[in-house]
Amino acid sequence: MLLIYCPYCQIERAEIEFRCGGEAHIARPSDPEKATDDDWVEFLYMRSNTKGIAAERWRHIHGCGRFFNAVRDTVSDEFLKVYKTGEAKPDLEAIAREAGK
Amino acid sequence: MKRYSFLELAKNAFSAHQNWGRQWRAPEPKAEYDVVIVGAGGHGLATAYYLAREHGIRNVAVIEKGWLGGGNTGRNTTIVRSNYLWEESAALYNHAIGLWQNLSQELNYNVMYSARGVMMLAHTIHDVQVSQRHIHANRLAGVQNEWLTPEQARDYCPPLNISKNIRYPVMGAALQRVGGTARHDAVAWGYARGADALGVDIIQNCAVTGIRRSQDGSVEGVETAKGFIKAGKVGVVAAGHSSVVMEMAGVRLPLESFPLQALVSEPVKPAFPCVVMSNTIHAYISQSDKGELVIGAGTDQFISYSQTGGIHISNHTIDAICELFPHFRRMRMLRNWGGIVDTTPDRSPILSKTPVPGLYVNCGWGTGGFKATPGSGHVFAHTIARDEPHPINAPFTIDRFRTGRLIDEAAAAAVAH
Repeated sequence: MLLIYCPYCQIERAEIEFRCGGEAHIARPSDPEKATDDDWVEFLYMRSNTKGIAAERWRHIHGCGRFFNAVRDTVSDEFLKVYKTGEAKPDLEAIAREAGK
Repeated sequence: MKRYSFLELAKNAFSAHQNWGRQWRAPEPKAEYDVVIVGAGGHGLATAYYLAREHGIRNVAVIEKGWLGGGNTGRNTTIVRSNYLWEESAALYNHAIGLWQNLSQELNYNVMYSARGVMMLAHTIHDVQVSQRHIHANRLAGVQNEWLTPEQARDYCPPLNISKNIRYPVMGAALQRVGGTARHDAVAWGYARGADALGVDIIQNCAVTGIRRSQDGSVEGVETAKGFIKAGKVGVVAAGHSSVVMEMAGVRLPLESFPLQALVSEPVKPAFPCVVMSNTIHAYISQSDKGELVIGAGTDQFISYSQTGGIHISNHTIDAICELFPHFRRMRMLRNWGGIVDTTPDRSPILSKTPVPGLYVNCGWGTGGFKATPGSGHVFAHTIARDEPHPINAPFTIDRFRTGRLIDEAAAAAVAH
């Protein structure tokens, strides 16, 4: 089981307190009426499914209940960074370099 | 190919079984093939076999990063069934069931398909209603499935605890008698041997590192650890790594890869006659011919390529098994492991052409691809050979996510992943 740091509660808790919300930084088409079918496919279904360093959403569902983002290595399952919702997507390559990945 | 027979067995007994010879060659890759299949699991090898046998395309290579059958083919719980809800799925999985019946004879290789019955338990009123709807839908689609009362379920599977005093009492079960198990390794080996005998090159320990496309966008071949291999057509059958391989050709897929766990117990004498699955309390179990209880657990909630899984996931499954089958409580588990399963949003597979001419993909089998191995290979070979889908896999396109014609088994899955 993973130990996950919640940036709101500022505490590390067991994975069963959290729900993973999938890939982060997928923006809903800002003007739905102008969005094409392909835009919707990309938004609704297509996923990077990255093998390596990826940003994803987590929700501290049995704690504060809030969503936050995390950068995790999907090969080792190691968390490399957590940050609050609304903060810009970090430079994944820089994080990977720093972690020696 | 040396045919296996009783006579062969007797002959080889005189030389202490030392001279059986290799089951397939270990060739170096040629410079060019008509078709290259990426991934030598059951589905990939079956595809190559049917390409050679049904479509006469024998200049085929199957390229594998590790060893053949070493991915999810060697990591699943070997269950065969076809009681899916929607007509499209029922047709696809029932096609496989048809091929399973005679597979050992066809391949001259004992795949140990055993139609011992797959029983799916219902624990709540809702389960009962859903199961019965399932059974009716199956019977309309020509798929065998029947309803059992708790007593009938216990008669079919005597170790089952139908006491009213457990947390989730058994209220009935859906039984598919033609379902059962098969020997997963033998399926890969049988197809490998059959394909090899028809001229297919199986190239192991050779990772594909790139998919080369020509000026007009069509596929030219694959870059591998052993150099560039030219190919007229490329079929990707890479299971959990499908997104990674397809990205090499610039094709995005609606997939997420999760670790799915399984575990086996110490071997014991035959004690468990069938396969039992439970959606609500999330467990499934059967006994292998070696005597081990083979138990399937759930997926982790996050994308991972770690081929392992959280211990709380398998613990949860063991809790359920111990309640349903109390006499297994003191059994020791020997091994647990994870396989990386590529799941689609509607939990149905993708067997499809892609936007790249000459590139085909067979992926998205999620938590239940083993059962479909023969059918999947059969229709995917047709798709590659004719450059158009077989009627059975025609609905299983990538494009269904654009048109909205999803085949939504997600809500209808036997085990809720």
